[in-house]
Amino acid sequence: MLSIEEQKDLEEELKIVPYKKAATIEALKVVQKHRGWVSDEGVKDIALFLEITPDEVDGVATFYNMVFRREVGRHVILLCDSVSCYILGYQQILYQLNRKLKISFGETTNDGRFTLLPIPCLGTCDHAPAMMIDNDLHRDLDPANIDSILEMYN
Amino acid sequence: MEKPLTQHIKANEPPMNISEYEKAGGYSALRKAVKEMQPKDVLKVVSDSNLRGRGGAGFPTGMKWSFVPMGDNAPKDKYLVCNADEMEPGTFKDRLLLEGNPHQLLEGMIISAYTIQANKGFVFLRWAYKTAADVILKSIAEAYKAGYLGKNILGTGYNFDLYLHTSVGRYMCGEETGLLNALEGKRATPRAKPPFPQVSGLFGKPTIVNNVETLSFIPHIINNGTEWFKELSLTGEGGTKIYGVSGKVKNPNTWELPLGTTMREIIFEHAGGMRDGLKLKGILPGGASTDFLTEEHLDVNMDFTSVGKAGSRLGTGTLIILDDKTCPVGMVHNLEHFFAQESCGWCTPCRDGLPWVEKILMSIEEGEGRMEDLDILSFHSKNLGPGRTFCALAPGAVEPLQSSLKYFRQDYEYHIKNKRCPWR
Repeated sequence: MLSIEEQKDLEEELKIVPYKKAATIEALKVVQKHRGWVSDEGVKDIALFLEITPDEVDGVATFYNMVFRREVGRHVILLCDSVSCYILGYQQILYQLNRKLKISFGETTNDGRFTLLPIPCLGTCDHAPAMMIDNDLHRDLDPANIDSILEMYN
Repeated sequence: MEKPLTQHIKANEPPMNISEYEKAGGYSALRKAVKEMQPKDVLKVVSDSNLRGRGGAGFPTGMKWSFVPMGDNAPKDKYLVCNADEMEPGTFKDRLLLEGNPHQLLEGMIISAYTIQANKGFVFLRWAYKTAADVILKSIAEAYKAGYLGKNILGTGYNFDLYLHTSVGRYMCGEETGLLNALEGKRATPRAKPPFPQVSGLFGKPTIVNNVETLSFIPHIINNGTEWFKELSLTGEGGTKIYGVSGKVKNPNTWELPLGTTMREIIFEHAGGMRDGLKLKGILPGGASTDFLTEEHLDVNMDFTSVGKAGSRLGTGTLIILDDKTCPVGMVHNLEHFFAQESCGWCTPCRDGLPWVEKILMSIEEGEGRMEDLDILSFHSKNLGPGRTFCALAPGAVEPLQSSLKYFRQDYEYHIKNKRCPWR
């Protein structure tokens, strides 16, 4: 079952869409907001609420890279690996993150603090290389500054 | 030099709120449009201005709008959608307008919605643009309070509701019909055309999807007229353009300049030229999905026709610069990795072809390529081209590939012959 808070968050969306199924993406966002990620249980809860099958929900969930179908850490690092950041050397930033956190793309630190993911272009190419941690954009990255940026997230 | 779109945008300052925007002349175009003009009059002005879409394809905006069914027999629900899903790698121009002047966009959207008599609208915004989401939500609330949105707008009897939708990722959401599927809560796969969205779009209703920069221009065209708009450009295509440059130049940034400004001026005057010790080797003129151009094209005017004649596309107008210390094979591999990853899997050529291209490029870069691989890459360039796939993703993906085979062939051959990347 979606929690009362989750259902409340979906109320506005349900007023806009002509039928419940059209709120699938919004429902995935709401569940992820409240639970951190979307588990199989979360998929079933959404399906029940929107009166569709869990497979229909999962078909949508697995399409979108910002819906997390696996558990993520407390903070998600999204490092841009697209063309402008390639030219400006995101690889060195990745190397520094790998070394510091001892994880590769797609992995979470043992203490559950960070998950590291690649992300396509963040639309800030004049300040490449760039990454986002949670809702914060970090730009003009330098391998030397990575440690102090990570320290901002506990 | 006039800069209508960015005149009120100040770096590192929050955008104008509604009263500041009104003091600067904001919402006067909306007042004029809904009070003094019929929808068909607005359509005529926009059509006569020859405004072309700034999202990448350059389709004439007025013509797009003209396909929407109008009159008493038209469906009651119609939609206007702003495509703010800026995800083309190397593109960062809409972010400037979204964060810098949200009311300009809203005013453009309301006028456009009035023109096609849409009753509902969405700003389809990329999840990553958190600041833009905040300022748009705030601006929508202000516009409702001021009577520019909602029921009986400015006492004219016209109703229009506007909502913000933030995405959950995937490049395919920028494709017009993929975007509509995402708004309907589905996977963002493309739809067959016809029917075109103008007739059957969001939830099966007539729908117009326009880019942020395109919509932001509408208030200025209504206020100043078509002649003014045409004279803004250098080469007659009308308007200014938000150009951007990224890569190893001295001053990467965005600038609003007359449409048709040369690449030389953009790269060497505004972006300050190459960083010391580097030479310009290649240019992607309009984002990741455009053909490479080189130094010999520097005097090409950055407008739709001229860049087309030079063998590429204006695209989003944000240039990505390849320097001589960056491996062109590596850069193309990076591009094709993106396109292979972002292929939605809906049609076979794109789903299977692009990963194949990516793997070949990786092997060449790693020094394991064969000369025949270049023929396979050429084969894919043609067979993933226009008309072979369901949407424009794969044809866009092979543009930088095919042109790199033309301009940087000796670099590919060097990798293969010497079994290594000379830049490593």
